[in-house]
Amino acid sequence: MTQSPYATVDARPSPLRRLLPPPPGAAGPRGSTLLRHLVLAVLAGAAVVLLTNQLEPYRNLQVARVCAFLCVTAGFTILVGLNGQLSLGHGALMATGAYTVALVQRGLDGRDLRGQWSVPLSLLLAVAVTALLGLVIGLAAARLRGPYLAGVTLAVATLVPAVTTIFTGVFNGEQGLPFPVATPPAFLGAYFQPERWLAWIALLAALLTMLLMANLVRSRYGRSLRAVRDDEVAARLAGIHVARTQVLAFVVSAGCAGLGGGVYAVLTATVASGKFPLELSLFLLMAIVIGGLGSLAGAVWGALLLVALQDLPALLTEAFTLPGGLAQRLEGNLALAVFGLILIVVMLVAPGGLQDAVRKATARLGRRRPRPSR
Amino acid sequence: MSPPEDAPTDGTALSLDHVGVRFGGLVALDDVSLRVPPGRIVGVIGPNGAGKTTLFNVVCGFVPPTSGTLTLDGRPFRPRPHRLTRLGIARTLQGVGLFPGLSVLENVMAGATHTARAGFAAALFGLPRSDRDERRLRERAREVLAELGVDRHAHASPATLPYAVRKRVALARALIARPRLLLLDEPAGGLSAEDIDELARLITTLPTRTGAACSVMLVEHHMDLVMSVCDHIVVLDFGKVIAAGTPAQVRDDPRVTEAYLGAEVIAGETAGPAPGAPDAGPGADDGAPDASGGAPDADGAVRR
Repeated sequence: MTQSPYATVDARPSPLRRLLPPPPGAAGPRGSTLLRHLVLAVLAGAAVVLLTNQLEPYRNLQVARVCAFLCVTAGFTILVGLNGQLSLGHGALMATGAYTVALVQRGLDGRDLRGQWSVPLSLLLAVAVTALLGLVIGLAAARLRGPYLAGVTLAVATLVPAVTTIFTGVFNGEQGLPFPVATPPAFLGAYFQPERWLAWIALLAALLTMLLMANLVRSRYGRSLRAVRDDEVAARLAGIHVARTQVLAFVVSAGCAGLGGGVYAVLTATVASGKFPLELSLFLLMAIVIGGLGSLAGAVWGALLLVALQDLPALLTEAFTLPGGLAQRLEGNLALAVFGLILIVVMLVAPGGLQDAVRKATARLGRRRPRPSR
Repeated sequence: MSPPEDAPTDGTALSLDHVGVRFGGLVALDDVSLRVPPGRIVGVIGPNGAGKTTLFNVVCGFVPPTSGTLTLDGRPFRPRPHRLTRLGIARTLQGVGLFPGLSVLENVMAGATHTARAGFAAALFGLPRSDRDERRLRERAREVLAELGVDRHAHASPATLPYAVRKRVALARALIARPRLLLLDEPAGGLSAEDIDELARLITTLPTRTGAACSVMLVEHHMDLVMSVCDHIVVLDFGKVIAAGTPAQVRDDPRVTEAYLGAEVIAGETAGPAPGAPDAGPGADDGAPDASGGAPDADGAVRR
């Protein structure tokens, strides 16, 4: 590819960099990355499974939703935090994954192909389809920077819902597509809580995502992603293919968003474009910024926050017995307002996000040698 | 393919023949020919806007030449920035050019990205192959940092370090690629006299480093450094080679003095442009070679 003589003029480091936590300590662990992360994943998984056994159905659905969002935020924070690319279209990528799952599930059901394997299969296809869409967006994104990139991804965010209303025959417009999901397997007993089963499915997806993303971050690809974010010219001279790295980041994060969207659809056994509005993309972005850009632990904070704020209006209505009209008005706007407020406060108090604040606090408590600040 | 990693070499031979670069009507380089023989240190000097950095950008593939050819080890060579380290060429940038979000060790490791063997799947699943790559890179990075005497800063963030240390880290990032041709873009810029002396000693050892010998091409404003380390010096002015030779030859060349100090010094107080000056060229008559002029930046892409 020939380079225009001015191709690198615009290669300024992203302003998002300011929000990043300091570089992870590069002290090289000796053992196997896979083993280390696998142990962590199994421990976390066991803890959540124990938790779901104690919870009532509604709470288990909340856990499941956190897990679904975690799939998305984990990949998204790698794109935005580690690679410095902005996307306002990840809500639409979630929708793509969700619709893929719905269509595959309906297709399988129509052919009388039912079983526990159908959900993993359709989730896998959701990842594949979304990653492919991510590849297309990523190829465009690798040529664009800053506001132009935001513009393109914004177009995606509005395009995907539009497609679902145009091709009503396939996507059933705004009514959406209900689809069958297999009930919990028989060996769990006849009275097994279905919500718990859903929480386990979502948990497995989230753990798998976190495991793979953690591996990726610790590898040379993680380093290349950050190098490209920091200085494109120096990255190229270090032997890193900048455009390829940026496309890769988009594909990976899109695949994660597709998985998250697919899991989300499985939880409700239906999908409609109204569930994935533009605000969702903004919420996702705010969530990873508040959680701590570029940090997988921050992605967990972000996922928790997303569910907490979604449920906030319902919680308030319940607690204060608000009049119906007010409750309805809150429904649409409260989450956005609270999210914005939290974002401002976090940026003022802990610009590195919640995870960075937690890390600093524990460092202070533990009297450890503080890591170098940015 | 990457070169055999531990094979002793004398460095790579690079030659540029009749290279020209135009940005629209502006001639940044005009018929520039020069050779970097194996194991030699070649300096490129010239006033601001003379085209030194453009020359580097041509060699690195950031700027395609509008005319002329590049030859690497006798083969025609069409450079692309991200392929350079594979071809055994590394470059440092003006200023520092480190990745601020990476630790010192990670910065240096990034310099040898091309040597990694594990693919994306291995990285995603955290396979031992990927771990081995990382361990090997980490070891090598530590070695290079130790060689340059900055290994105790391995886990620091570059922003917290003194400028001279950062420059060394940047050099380490270039050296970890085990280049056979090293391009140094103003390595002495911003360094103290003491640091420059040490840098000079280091540069002169590069062509004879055991197992990792390399030729060096050096763009520099600091005259003492250039004169003391280079085997051969090429002087650019307004994109043209106006003189070339050994340091002694270049120092005594009246054209060089004229380019740096302006025609007035030589020819008295005659007004008007220096002879041979192209129409839109930036002025080179401010005397001090390292003054950062507000002249139009013809060097284009990579400027720090």
